[in-house]
Formats: sequence, structure tokens, C-alpha cells
Amino acid sequence: MSLDPQLPPAAGPQVGADEWVARQAHRREYLPSWLGDAQRAGERVGWWPRLAIAGLAGALLPTIGLSGFQLQVGIDSLTIALLAVGLNIVVGWAGMLDLGYIAFFGFGAYGFALLSSAQIASTGIHLPAYLSLPIVMVAAAILGLGVGLPSRRLIGDYLAIVTLFFGEAFVEFTNNVAPSKLGGPNGIVGIDPIRAFGWQLTSNFGYYYLLVIILVVVMAVLRLVEKSRTGRAWRAVREDPLAAASMTIPVNRVRLAAFAAGAVVAALAGTIYAAQQANVFPTDFDTPILILVYAGLVLGGAGSIAGAALGALVVMIIYDGLLRSPTEAGYLFYGLVVLTLLARLRPWRRLAAVLAATVAFGFAAHAIAKAISASAVAGGPQSGGWIADALRDWVIVPANPQTPGNWGFVALICLLITLVQVGNRWRTILLVPTIYLASFVWETRLVVEPSITRQLMIGATLIVMMNARPQGLLGQRRVEALT
Amino acid sequence: MSFFFQELVNGITTGALYSLIALGFSMVYGVLKLLNFAHGDLYMVGAYIGFFVIQFFGGAAHPSIPVPLLLVIMFVLAAGLVGGLGMAIERFAYRPLRDAPRIAPLITAIGISFFLENAALLLFGAQYRIYNTSEFISFSSGIQIGSVTIDSVQIMVVVLGVALMVGLRVLVNQTMLGKQMRAVAADREAAEMLGINVNFTIAATFFLGSALAGVAGVMAGLLFNQVTNTIGFIAGLKAFTAAVVGGIGSIPGAMLGGLLIGLAESFVTGYISSTFTNLIVFGLLIVVMLVRPSGLLGRAQLQKV
Repeated sequence: MSLDPQLPPAAGPQVGADEWVARQAHRREYLPSWLGDAQRAGERVGWWPRLAIAGLAGALLPTIGLSGFQLQVGIDSLTIALLAVGLNIVVGWAGMLDLGYIAFFGFGAYGFALLSSAQIASTGIHLPAYLSLPIVMVAAAILGLGVGLPSRRLIGDYLAIVTLFFGEAFVEFTNNVAPSKLGGPNGIVGIDPIRAFGWQLTSNFGYYYLLVIILVVVMAVLRLVEKSRTGRAWRAVREDPLAAASMTIPVNRVRLAAFAAGAVVAALAGTIYAAQQANVFPTDFDTPILILVYAGLVLGGAGSIAGAALGALVVMIIYDGLLRSPTEAGYLFYGLVVLTLLARLRPWRRLAAVLAATVAFGFAAHAIAKAISASAVAGGPQSGGWIADALRDWVIVPANPQTPGNWGFVALICLLITLVQVGNRWRTILLVPTIYLASFVWETRLVVEPSITRQLMIGATLIVMMNARPQGLLGQRRVEALT
Repeated sequence: MSFFFQELVNGITTGALYSLIALGFSMVYGVLKLLNFAHGDLYMVGAYIGFFVIQFFGGAAHPSIPVPLLLVIMFVLAAGLVGGLGMAIERFAYRPLRDAPRIAPLITAIGISFFLENAALLLFGAQYRIYNTSEFISFSSGIQIGSVTIDSVQIMVVVLGVALMVGLRVLVNQTMLGKQMRAVAADREAAEMLGINVNFTIAATFFLGSALAGVAGVMAGLLFNQVTNTIGFIAGLKAFTAAVVGGIGSIPGAMLGGLLIGLAESFVTGYISSTFTNLIVFGLLIVVMLVRPSGLLGRAQLQKV
């Protein structure tokens, strides 16, 4: 057994199996052969160079020629990433579940909209950005303090409820109160672009770069905060408020600070959003966006700045960019299925057996269905590209796929739940029909309803990530002290 | 004055509905200390099940079986299936997270709520499904007191709601299962040491709570006549409000809270404006939370060290 050369030799005698287990665990964290070397080299790069590289990559991305749609996806993804980084302060560091977070985003957007449009007074207010942005952000901080005040008395779950209601109340408020000023459901239109010192930002390229710069700067600032007294205090309060208080940390003030800081970042994202879109509507700030931000944060790993940003970017690019055309969605879906199998199924012969059995199962099922009734396979796969051609004789798609697809969806959920519960042997066997059924549901229902599929994906991301890897892709596992 | 009494009757009816949802929510919170955000969506699923039962038996206009039997099948099937769904969710999503940091099951619950809502959208579409209650239960068959009408659906909802609440109270206070539930709620580890099957108790709690949500869903379908995939979210919020106002984890509190929310909603809609109903109800919650965080009937919880 070759031990890992990266680990220093153990000092003193090796007692018991623990040390060996620890070494094995450490070794297994790396990929085999040169991939592992690359991984180690990557790990040696510090946080700041990585941020610089990521920022540079983001800045260079438009130079390879993005279409207008892709640029818009980039802008939306960066906005969500900014939101996730801000949410990370409240949820990841201070450990408070803030379900009204998106209202601060909306507050920023509406605040900017009121200060730079013809909405108030006859001629309107048209403040330049260097005035309106600070005003909105300071107001958001004050609002954050106001909403965070309950956290003085409401611990944990109660805070989640109050913030959830705050979020709902914001949507209701913008929908119903002062329609002449806030526009009601019709929102505010005709918002000025970002404007300062005689020039203004009108192109989407400009907003893309502005967002890249803002995201990098916010991440850098938050990195400094994370390493500061305040950052340590947040984490201490998250882990154990009582212990933190006995260490003379002012728990309430620290929590309020986290709330306000999160609100400021969200409001900043909101102002850019309003300026770029040139209009705001109450529905832009409703629960689905909140859940999207949470999905990004959870995927990347709550508690890690880079994780939050990266997770949000990945979620948003998949959500907004890839799940629109059936072809790309098909690549994503089948790629994800195969990758998951490759990553999770061991040993290799089990993987080979499952794949072979799935292929054989599909062709057999298709042949049987065709023999029974020609209309049962008349539909053909709905994914585009070569995937559809490859699957033509494999997956059953009836001529009228909606009802069987729906039943397939229900059956798939039941199968998935069963799959998690049963033992190893049955799991391998059941995997074959599950994969086939997943493909069936995908071809009959999911690919034709991309907008619903996107939402289902976000919900499933939250459930699966929380159960399988609660620390996220980049976060660190933490154990909560028992109380 | 008759307007006042009419609003009172309406408020009590919706209040009974909210109480039922809040009860299940409160029970789950009691044993698991988990805010089950998916609870409102279970209610939505129950409403859909009721609708499809009506369709299965020939539609609202000409049901192929007697109406009382149809109602019984609707309620029993909705309770059973939604209860099973709640149990499956607990087994699948919450049980692995029982000892995880507090925030993890909450985020999972949001994910499940969102997933259920969109799964219903995928399966049933976005259009409103209409119960057409008036075609098989005549609205005029109620009681007329002066100018106040109490129609038969309202009577049924209130009677069934009260019966279920009384039944639940008996179950929790006087049966072995109820004793086990209370033990698990008080201290899970100690209960486990005393030989209580904690997994079974929690699963049973989820079944009961979700079944109540399913029944409430059918009631809502009969009462409001329409079902869509988003009704769960708002109803869930109202039920949270009810549970929290009454004191979360307390069963009489959930009943009282539901009634208060129902009445508040009814009177605000009747006397002020329907646009501000939700805003005022949410505002009420925030005020209660600030003034009396443990709710009207809840006990203040001391933080254990």
C-alpha cells in the first residue's frame, strides 16, 4: 500500500487503524494519476489569484463572440451570482434562514426605479447613479436592520417565518399599494440606464462588464470581511450563539449586521437589474427567484463565497441558457445521467452491466410495444439532434404522449423513492427500469415543457443536494453541536 | 347587521379550513421541530384528488353513485393518499436530515414545496379545475336564519372540521400513539431510550398531519369550487400564520389561530377591501410575532444549553 507522499510521515508510532483510515480518506479526496496532480496544483493556487483568474475569464468571455441571447443569460447569471454571494452572508455565515431576501433585491430595483424615472412628481426624479446607488443601498441597509430586528427575539425558525412573510408582503405591497406611484401589477417602465458624469451605460456589453466588476469587487470585499473580526463573529454566532455571547460577542448586533450587509448586496444587484431591464414588475421579485438563488447557494456550498457565486452561475446558466432548446436540454439530461452513473457506480463491471442491461431493456421494450401496437411508438423522441436519432428505436414515445408521460412521471418518482430505500442488490436491478423510465418521461413530457422542467430541476436540486451533500460542491462540512 | 353575521359565518368556515391545515403543520413541528413548507402543497394535492374522484364517478352533474358516498370516498381517498405522500416525503427527504444542521431540512422543505407545485403543473396543467359543487350539493339546502344563509357545504366543513379536531385531541391525549407523539415532541432521545419507536411515531405524525391537509384540500375544493397548482402556497402561508399566532406546536393554539385568521380575513375582505387582505393578515402575524413570539397559547421556550 503506497501511502500518499503529500502527507508528512506520521510523528510517533502508528497506533490503531484511525491513522490509516485518515490517510486513505485523504488520498481518496484526489483523483487518480495526473488528474490528481493537476488537482493538487490547482489547490496550491491561493484564493486571490483564483478570483483574479475567474474575473479575467469572465471579462474575456464576450470577446469570443456571444450572441445577444447568450449575453443576456450572462447578465442574469451574474445578477443571481451577486444575490447568492449576498445571501451567503446571512445564511452561510450568520446561519439565519432569510426567506425574504428577494424583497431586498426588489427594494433595490424599485428604489432605483423611483429615483431615476418619471414616476414621482410631474417631471420625475432623474438622479445620477453616483447619488441614487448609495441612497438605495443605505435605505436597504436601514430596511435590513428593521426586518432583522425580530431576530433579537425570534430565534431560528421564527425568523424564517417572519422573513417569508416580509417577502410576500413586499410582493403584495408593490402589487396593491399606491398604484399611481408603484404601478401596481404593471410595474414601473422607462427607467433610466446607469448614468454618471455625462455618460451612460446603455449596451448590454456595458452591463455585463459592470456586473463582472461589481461581482469581483463584492467578492473581494466579502473575503476581507470573512477574515475580519466581524466574519469570525458571524461564524461564531452561527455555531453557538450562547457560547459566542459568553465570549463577549454582541450576538444581536452581529446578526443585525449580517442582515443589513446581505440587504445591501441584494439592493445593489437590484439597482443594476432595474437599470439594465429598464422596467420592474412585482412578479420579478417573487418566490421562484428566491428559490433559484437558494438553489445556487446550496449547490455551491453555503458558507463559501466562491461556492455561492459558482453555484449560482451554474444553476442560472443551466436554468436560463441550456434548458430552452430541446437539443441542448437533451445533451444536458443524458450527459447528467451518464455522468452520475460513472461517478456513483462501482465497481466497473456493475456499471457496465447496468448500462448494457438498460440498452437491451430499451430495445426489447420498444420491440414489444411496437409488436403490440404501432401507435404506441409512433411519437418518436422529442429531443433534437443526434440523440433523437440514436434513441428512435430505443425509447417508447406514444403518438399521444401526454397521459402516459404523466403516469410515467408519477411512477418515476415512486421508483426513485424506492431506489433510495432498498438494499444494494435491488438498487442495481431497479436502476435499469429507472433510467429507462426517466428517459421515457423526459422524451414524452419534460422536454416539451421546458419552463416546468426548469422549476422541477431547481426544486430537485435543493432536495438532492441537501440530502446527498449538504455542504455543497465547494463548502466545508460542518457538524452542529448538539443542544 | 346581517352582513356582519354573514361575514362571521364565512370567517368561521374558512377558519375551520385553516385550522385543519394548521393542525397538521403544528403536529409536524411538534415532533420534528421542522417547519414543513411543503404542507400547503399537500393540501393542494388533496384538492386535486377530490376533483379527480368527482370526474371518475361521472362528473359533478350526474355522479354515478349517491352523493354522500361520493363525498366519503373523496375525503377518505384524499386523506389516505395525501397521508401516504406526506409519509413518503418524510422518509425520503427529512429522515436523512434529522441530525443535520437546522437549516438543511428547512431548505429541503422549500425544495419539496416548489417541486410539488411544479409537478402538479406538469401533470394537471395550469388551468383551473372546477368542482361544480352546486351541481351535486344544492346550496339552498342550508339553514336560513333571518337574512343570514349558512349553506350545507359550510355546515359540512365546520362539522367535519370540529369532529376531526376533537378526534385529534382525543388521539393525542388519550391513546398510546398520542402519548408516544408527545414523548417524542418533548425529548426525542429520551423517548428512544424508553423504547418508543421514534421513526414510526414520526411517520405516523406525518401521516395524520398530511391526511388533515388532504381533507382540508377537498373541503377547499367544495367550498371555493376551483383548484389550481398555486393554491397551496398561499393556503400554506395562512396556515403558518394560524399555527404561529396560536402558538406553534400547540394543538388548541392551531385551532384558535385558524379561526382568528379566517375571521380576520373575512372581515377585512368584507369591510375594508379584498386587495389588502393578505397584506393585513401578514401584518397581523408580524405584530403577533413581535409582541408575543410564542403565540397566543404557546409556552415561551427557554433556550436549553
